[in-house]
Amino acid sequence: MSRRFWNWRLWAGFLLCLVGFISYFVFFYKFPSTRDVPWANFLIFGAAIPFLVVGLRRAFGEPQQYRGKIVGPVLSVLSLLVVGVFCSVVFFETKHLPASSLAPQVGKKAPEFTLPDANNHLVALSTLLSSPLPNSQTVPKGVLLVFYRGYW
Amino acid sequence: MAISVDTPEMSSDLSRKAGYTYTFLSDPKAEVIRRYDLVHAGAGVNGQDIARPAEFLLDSSGTVRWMNLTEDFRVRARPDQILDAAKALR
Repeated sequence: MSRRFWNWRLWAGFLLCLVGFISYFVFFYKFPSTRDVPWANFLIFGAAIPFLVVGLRRAFGEPQQYRGKIVGPVLSVLSLLVVGVFCSVVFFETKHLPASSLAPQVGKKAPEFTLPDANNHLVALSTLLSSPLPNSQTVPKGVLLVFYRGYW
Repeated sequence: MAISVDTPEMSSDLSRKAGYTYTFLSDPKAEVIRRYDLVHAGAGVNGQDIARPAEFLLDSSGTVRWMNLTEDFRVRARPDQILDAAKALR
C-alpha cells in the first residue's frame, strides 16, 4: 500500500476555529466595533468551513491518497463544539442580567452615597457634585457614574 | 467616576497601569450597587455579588439626565453617546 498524504486541511480548519474562539477574548473584545457584534470571529469561523469540507471530502472520497477518516470527523465535531460554545456565550450567557427595575430613572435624584476612592479617602457624591474641578474654579456641570463589573 | 466591588488597592493599580485620572470608588460589599438596584448576584469570582454594567449622567443637582442599562454585559455605552448626553447638560 502506498503512503498516504497528511490531510492538513482538517487540522487547519480546526485550528481556525480555535483561533476564532480565543481571539475574541484576548483581542477583539477590546474594540467596541468588534466586541458588540463579533463579526470578525464569525469571519474566522467561516474561513474554517472550506478547509474542513475539503479535508473531509479527501479523507472519504480519496482514502487511497489521503488520511483522516478518523481524525476528520473528530476534528469536525470539535470545531462545531467550539463554535457552539462561542455562540452560546455571546448570544445567551452575557445577556443573563437582573431586571434592575428600581435603578434611578431619568428625572429622578440619584441616591446619595459615600465610598472610599483608590487612595482610601472617603468621597461623597454630593461633594463631587459641589466641589470645583482640579486646577479650576468652576463646579462640574455634572457627574458620570459608571458601574462596572470589576477586575476582582 | 467608576464604581465596582474592587478594593481601593486594585483600583489604584488599575488607574496607574491604564493611566486613568478619574475617580474610582470601591464598594466591596455592593451596598451602593444594591441601593441603585444594579446587583448581579453571584456573577463574580467565587460567586461574589458584583455590579451589572450601567452608566448614569447626573446634572449638578444630582438628578439623572441620561442613563444606560445594557442588556448584554459585552455591550457598553460608547464614548460618543455619553459625550452627546453631556453636551446636552447645562
